[in-house]
Amino acid sequence: MKFVDEFRIQEIAKGLIERIKKASTKPVQLMEVCGTHTVSIFRYGIRGLLPEQIRLISGPGCPVCVTPNSDIDLAIALCRQKDVILTTFGDMMKVPGSTSSLQKEKAEGKDIRIIYSSLEVLRIAKENPEKKVVFFAIGFETTSPTIAVAILRTKEMGIPNLFFLNSQKRIPPALYALLQLRQVKINGLILPGHVSTILGKAPYQFISKEFSIPAVITGFEPLDILQGIWMLVRQIEENRSEIEIQYKRIVKEEGNLVAQAKIDEVFEKADGHWRGIGRIPESGYRFKEAFQTMDARAFDVEVEPSKEHPECLCGEVLQGIKIPLECRLFKKVCHPENPIGPCMVSIEGTCHTFFKYQ
Amino acid sequence: MCLGVPGRIIEIEKTMAKVDVAGFLREISLDLCPDVSVGEYVLIHTGFAIQKVDEEDAKETLELLKKMVQAI
Repeated sequence: MKFVDEFRIQEIAKGLIERIKKASTKPVQLMEVCGTHTVSIFRYGIRGLLPEQIRLISGPGCPVCVTPNSDIDLAIALCRQKDVILTTFGDMMKVPGSTSSLQKEKAEGKDIRIIYSSLEVLRIAKENPEKKVVFFAIGFETTSPTIAVAILRTKEMGIPNLFFLNSQKRIPPALYALLQLRQVKINGLILPGHVSTILGKAPYQFISKEFSIPAVITGFEPLDILQGIWMLVRQIEENRSEIEIQYKRIVKEEGNLVAQAKIDEVFEKADGHWRGIGRIPESGYRFKEAFQTMDARAFDVEVEPSKEHPECLCGEVLQGIKIPLECRLFKKVCHPENPIGPCMVSIEGTCHTFFKYQ
Repeated sequence: MCLGVPGRIIEIEKTMAKVDVAGFLREISLDLCPDVSVGEYVLIHTGFAIQKVDEEDAKETLELLKKMVQAI
């Protein structure tokens, strides 16, 4: 068993679609929270296979897309310092800040390095003792423990020249804010499989208890997604609202306790700023006191005033209020070669996915 | 960003492991998933194992799906 191909068997997919069609009696709107789900759903044409009355809408689950302009502008200001090497995940390079992007800055000669794993920043810092190495750290709970490990290692090894520009986000508070706004009708939630690998079920209980909405923690292969949708439809039809796990081969009820402990050792909850949505209570992290010397936000740099393109609808797209086709910039001005907003930059951004597959 | 791929552990040395990901050899950290053995599958995210893949659960899910489909 390779845990990939087995979950792509066409015959079972067809059967599952039949099951969904039989079980579904009323129009429903289901939100896939995670950008990785959005990509899978489009890649396998799942929207077109479902009965018309089941509508899938995309949610805020793309960490690149929700990073506010002000943080990108700060990263740009930091990389312009002569003694700074800026490191970040590849997806962040093209995201436009207010007047520039990391890719443009790199083309102009700034020392910006793309990393795959957070541990690479330790090596870069050790190899460049005369420089300050800053890691522009973005991500949801899937990535946060890996960043926490890098921070703990920095302290253990006594690396003095490594700093972290922390722009990580927490998914459950964002879902709470989204459900509380009630701007979009959501009958069920397809919850992110890999964020939940770390978190487990407990942080989502408010979805069923306070909002009476069913939710299923779902994997990313076509059979996973179809089974997740079937489980949601069944809950809706049976008037249940529970947090269920479809992705059982990976997600445990309690999540990954080792990873949770690493996050807790380094960070405490803080308000987070989400692009287009604004400030959401406790949806981010700040350093605990013992690690504050590594905070790149303490650098004394001048950051340009933040501004976003007035017509970009990324904020509404991230909340499922609008779809990319409703944006005047989509395809005309804004495309992957010339992205105006981050949802067109990230390969998991809803606009990018619509551009590629629709 | 939250992509994860399964890989089979080939060799473990302290907190690092060599894994086979669809035929490619990669080195990953076991800091977040220390309780694993050679031969087991783990889910890999940005160079870290973040959870063991539960083969029994995978088989169970597939069996359930096959039965569901046959019952139509």
